[in-house]
Amino acid sequence: MNILKFFTAGSVDDGKSTLIGRLLYDTDSILADQLEALQSSNRKNDDGTIDLAILTDGLRAEREQGITIDVAYKYFQTEKRKFIIADTPGHIQYTRNMVTGASTANLAIILVDARNGVVEQTIRHSYLVSLLGIKHVVVCINKMDMVDYSESVYTNIIDRYKTLAQQLKLKDVTYIPVSALKGDNIVQRSARMNWYEGESLLHFLEKVDTDNLDQSQLARMPVQWVIRPQTEALHDYRGYAGRVLSGTFKLNDKVTILPSGASSTIEKIEFFEQAPEAAHAGQSVIIHLKDDVDISRGDTIVNASALPQESKLIEADLCWMDARALDTSIMYVIQHNSKTTKCKISEILHKVDINTLEKHQADEFRLNDIGRVIIKTADALAFDLYDDNRANGSAILIDSRTNLTVGALMFRAAVE
Amino acid sequence: MSTYNFDYLDELEAEAIHILREVAGQFEKPALLFSGGKDSITLVRLAEKAFRPGKFPFPLVHIDTGHNFQETIDYRDQMIERIGEKLIVGSVQQSIDEGKVVEQTGKNASRNALQTVTLLDTITKYEFDACIGGARRDEEKARAKERIFSVRDEFGQWDPKRQRPELWNIYNGKIHTGENVRVFPISNWTELDVWNYIRREKIELPSIYFSHQRDCITRNGQLMAASPFLNMDDDDIVINKQVRFRTVGDMSCTAAVESEATLIDDIIAEISASKISERGARMDDKVSEAAMEDRKKGGYF
Repeated sequence: MNILKFFTAGSVDDGKSTLIGRLLYDTDSILADQLEALQSSNRKNDDGTIDLAILTDGLRAEREQGITIDVAYKYFQTEKRKFIIADTPGHIQYTRNMVTGASTANLAIILVDARNGVVEQTIRHSYLVSLLGIKHVVVCINKMDMVDYSESVYTNIIDRYKTLAQQLKLKDVTYIPVSALKGDNIVQRSARMNWYEGESLLHFLEKVDTDNLDQSQLARMPVQWVIRPQTEALHDYRGYAGRVLSGTFKLNDKVTILPSGASSTIEKIEFFEQAPEAAHAGQSVIIHLKDDVDISRGDTIVNASALPQESKLIEADLCWMDARALDTSIMYVIQHNSKTTKCKISEILHKVDINTLEKHQADEFRLNDIGRVIIKTADALAFDLYDDNRANGSAILIDSRTNLTVGALMFRAAVE
Repeated sequence: MSTYNFDYLDELEAEAIHILREVAGQFEKPALLFSGGKDSITLVRLAEKAFRPGKFPFPLVHIDTGHNFQETIDYRDQMIERIGEKLIVGSVQQSIDEGKVVEQTGKNASRNALQTVTLLDTITKYEFDACIGGARRDEEKARAKERIFSVRDEFGQWDPKRQRPELWNIYNGKIHTGENVRVFPISNWTELDVWNYIRREKIELPSIYFSHQRDCITRNGQLMAASPFLNMDDDDIVINKQVRFRTVGDMSCTAAVESEATLIDDIIAEISASKISERGARMDDKVSEAAMEDRKKGGYF
């Protein structure tokens, strides 16, 4: 059994709450306090059944009270998989929350209301999915019960979406006609849409290839902590502790340490009283090197035959996340895995209108703005391009005045 | 392409170890809040996996209400001896003696709420800048939105409106003087995940988690252990029951459930069954558990 992290963007009107509620309810994953609310609530659907949207009411309550609408994480499990849902609101003023929720997801569910088809919001959500490089997209055409389960309505919508997917270079898109309200094609295949030959949503989620463990050759491990017991028995012990971001390290592999450029060989891999022969993406391990090299937190151990890029000038997509606008005249801190260094945004190349996907010139970046910038760092970063290696191609910007995380960065190119 | 076994517990474990090492790397004076409950016991195992053969880069901190189950204290002391790490105890009794808090009175008196003051005093006294806790996002709605690195102001308060975005696996631990960060390495674990992990790792737990005979009284529809810490009167009838505890806390506010579960397998079966049984059949248990978690949220963590 493994974990699938997925994210859902949409507003209450799309039936997102009902969809998530349905998944949680039908997989017996309802929290006690919500169960109580559900049972004692007077809110029912027109046909007297329980209103499952109550299950995600946290967000609705927030909106009514006018307080921050945020990412909420929800969990459920079937016999095949553990699921983590990042539940984010879909309106444009919550773009940064969507970006946050999407950053750790392997799959995105995009909801389209069958009555309205592909609308501005669909374009926006799909753009964010492509920006954040989410591998799998499931387009749920919801509220099929409101259009008499019509195959032609469904076909028209997916034809339109396919054009969008092509434009955004979304590679793996699956379409499922559903009614979250009635439960059609959510957990069980629906008898009311025999023309649909695919799987139910849950069945698809249970078997889609998660591939969150990148098997590429881009072996990278940022050093988080150096373990030196300095006891008599372990006098010369020096282990580099970290989580393998991507790729695989094996015993006797030649490695390079960045930024110093020093070379060495893997002598031993340790994991709590075990000494495995390899360390794979996702695993937290301790690495020992044959040579005595100077390594500390912030350095990265990489495969010597597949080096990352190194640069102090990087072209990146930026999503601005703070109420205070970007100030190109001040220094920020960039955090790239375990490495932090000072930086400036030296140039704004363009901003994207995320409703129309049009690019335009800009000289300011405000909350929820997304666009392309050039970032200049004090120390060189050892990074990969986001599309090649998400884990080593992303970073956050921190405002030293407030210590807040103000920007999300996806590296697109080293500037020559 | 190599294949290797990396299941959901391995992934949760690797994420938690990564978070613990970020705490070590980013903070000057971190601490691990140890309650004696299963979640903080799990954290100790994860810290061993993160830092052995080195020492933990932080002490364990226990806020002792003085009304603990003796089994919990015994477990704590044996564990500290086994792992050879430093333990700091913050005493609620001392806070009472110093007049910083006032003991509650009446039938439902509990020291649970008083813990917060002792915790904050302990944080100030030792200048802790990060406190690692065992809270999980599946506990309740507000917690579902809390960050893994959760910044607290100098009054220890969590402000949901000021939360920092938390992207990818990058944790921003930068704070101003006086602030501190609560860190929750097992945020993404569910209760069942914790139990499955305890079973897999063969982690020992305090005996009160397992079924045993105990003198109890009924308070507000809940079974409470009869103890000198409970203000009892003639209306309270003591009955001997076969019970276990689902959470470990102050004796005056931790309710027992009737249970025959003597092994971890039994407990996992019990929890799994309560999820799939007729909804509502175990309503009382579930509500009491959520209420317990709420108290934990308001107090210890």
